[in-house]
Amino acid sequence: MGVPLRWFQARPSRRAVTWIVLALALVLAPPATRAQDAPPPAPPRGLVGADVPNDAGRAIDLWWTRSPDDMPGVQRVTRYFLERATSPSGPWAIVDSVGAGNESKVDQTVRRGVEYYYRVAAAGPGGITQALGIYGPVRATSQWLNRTRWSVLVFTLLFFSFVLYYIWSAQSGRKPFVRRIPGIDAIEEAIGRATEMGRSVLYVPGITDIDDIQTVAGLVILENVARLTARYETPITVPVTYPIPFTIAQEMVKSGYLNAGKPDQYDPNSVRFISPEQFAYVAAVGGIMMRDKPAAHIFMGAFFAESLLLAETGFATGAIQVAGTANVHQLPFFVVACDYTLIGEELYAASAYLSGDARLVGSLKGADLIKLVIIVTIVVGCGLESLGIHWLTQWMVTQ
Amino acid sequence: MKRELPLFLTAVIGLFMILSFFVPHQWVSVPADFLQVSAIIVVAFGYVLGGANVLRVNIDAIYKRIPGWPFKLVLIVGLVATLTIGAIEGPGFLNPGTRSKWIYNQLYSPMQATMFALLAFFIASAAFRAFRIRTVEAGLLAVAALLVMLGRVPVGNVVTQWLTGSLHGVIPEGLWNAIQIGSIQDWIMNVPQNAAKRAILIGAAFGVMATGLRVILGIERSYLSGED
Repeated sequence: MGVPLRWFQARPSRRAVTWIVLALALVLAPPATRAQDAPPPAPPRGLVGADVPNDAGRAIDLWWTRSPDDMPGVQRVTRYFLERATSPSGPWAIVDSVGAGNESKVDQTVRRGVEYYYRVAAAGPGGITQALGIYGPVRATSQWLNRTRWSVLVFTLLFFSFVLYYIWSAQSGRKPFVRRIPGIDAIEEAIGRATEMGRSVLYVPGITDIDDIQTVAGLVILENVARLTARYETPITVPVTYPIPFTIAQEMVKSGYLNAGKPDQYDPNSVRFISPEQFAYVAAVGGIMMRDKPAAHIFMGAFFAESLLLAETGFATGAIQVAGTANVHQLPFFVVACDYTLIGEELYAASAYLSGDARLVGSLKGADLIKLVIIVTIVVGCGLESLGIHWLTQWMVTQ
Repeated sequence: MKRELPLFLTAVIGLFMILSFFVPHQWVSVPADFLQVSAIIVVAFGYVLGGANVLRVNIDAIYKRIPGWPFKLVLIVGLVATLTIGAIEGPGFLNPGTRSKWIYNQLYSPMQATMFALLAFFIASAAFRAFRIRTVEAGLLAVAALLVMLGRVPVGNVVTQWLTGSLHGVIPEGLWNAIQIGSIQDWIMNVPQNAAKRAILIGAAFGVMATGLRVILGIERSYLSGED
């Protein structure tokens, strides 16, 4: 059954060698060399374009029917190239390209109000084939109202109305009731404990910049905390990540001392700019915790992976810890490592609660009422969807 | 005037930015984009103030020889050296082969990774405390955590399939699938966990709006400093 030895011992003829070399050349030749023989792909067709709605006139939506050579089992198209001109006769310029299998593209490089003509080309190993026709003119225009945001507009107006009503109501003497929030009460307790121990208070206003509303909320609470530390004559340390929150934090602490009637006790070094880098900041704050041993740690703002690093280091020092964040994924870490945690909206309620200002408390009442409206909407929406009625869901879809 | 002008500007710009969410027209979107981009200029000035604060606080500490002052000396040397090298190397300071790139790759990245790596140990110690069953709620938390952890590793599925193997074909297929640990952890994550998370998010979103409105209306004005 073995291969006869003579097959290897026999000298191949010149003709056989030629055939073997030709076959090897065909198999091993680079694809580009062979592609020269492949025909160009069939062109795509049916190019259509339209202005993207509900925008500022910055995009045109284009779609077409794929080339017959770009179908399952027939892969002679590698890319589609989109060309654009301001006149049907050109000059044409490639503005974008998409891979094979795609049938649409949004051109986001257009100028508002300019008329454009488009054509699409299919490219493959065999070359490039232009579409049979061009599409145009098409023009990007801006709209006055984003119609997909009607539902948001309605709820926003409703919310603003509730808040304004309760603020007005509070101004006229009817101060609304706000339930006790143990986490916020604990802030004063923590500062009191630091005072008794003769140690400082560490306040961390999150690690994001001022464009995050959680940082704003954290800084507003800082003013109230600084007022308490000023009253108790307890030093406060505020390490900050970004320069803008840093300058605002300085103003907040200064304002707290001023409002407590002790501006002379304000220490300009109490607010420190550390670094916008997450873990550099953690290293610095961890160092402050371990070296200065503050008796109270207050974390209020947006936190990410550093939440547990900070809270566990603080736990190890034995300090009383109060945290508040609206970052849901970090809440479990704070709940585990801190004595009190403000959950979600409690962070935003803290400044109103601490200040006791009737107008600020009134705004909380407005938020509560809109939540009731949302709950009712969710229940009604669930009912309608269960009955196969989809208009409410569709109305609430936004872009 | 010192307080009225900032309050007026905050109200006008705040309302304008809210308007830009609903009105995409160029008369609104272009100025809104410009305002957002302009913030970068303010931030650049802020970094100068921040840098000055770092130098002042730490040089003061070194001068007074407070405990741990050598660390502050390292910080100042590191800050000045990085800044100087970056300034000398110019715009391409992070190109391959530059000294700044070397500092980034050989010093900064390993130190950052070291800090991040500590998280694993902190999670272990925090989890140990969290899962001590002292109350009914803590018990529920521990059971839910155990189910989710087991359901997310292959061995958990293997164990439940082995335990319930004799029931396969005896009870309905849907019921058999539902008692697999993978399905249980999916349910915990998708139903109770998601419901609680969304409730917190909805509440927080309205808290965001309420805070924004308070600032825009000038009711929340502590950020302006000065006496109330």
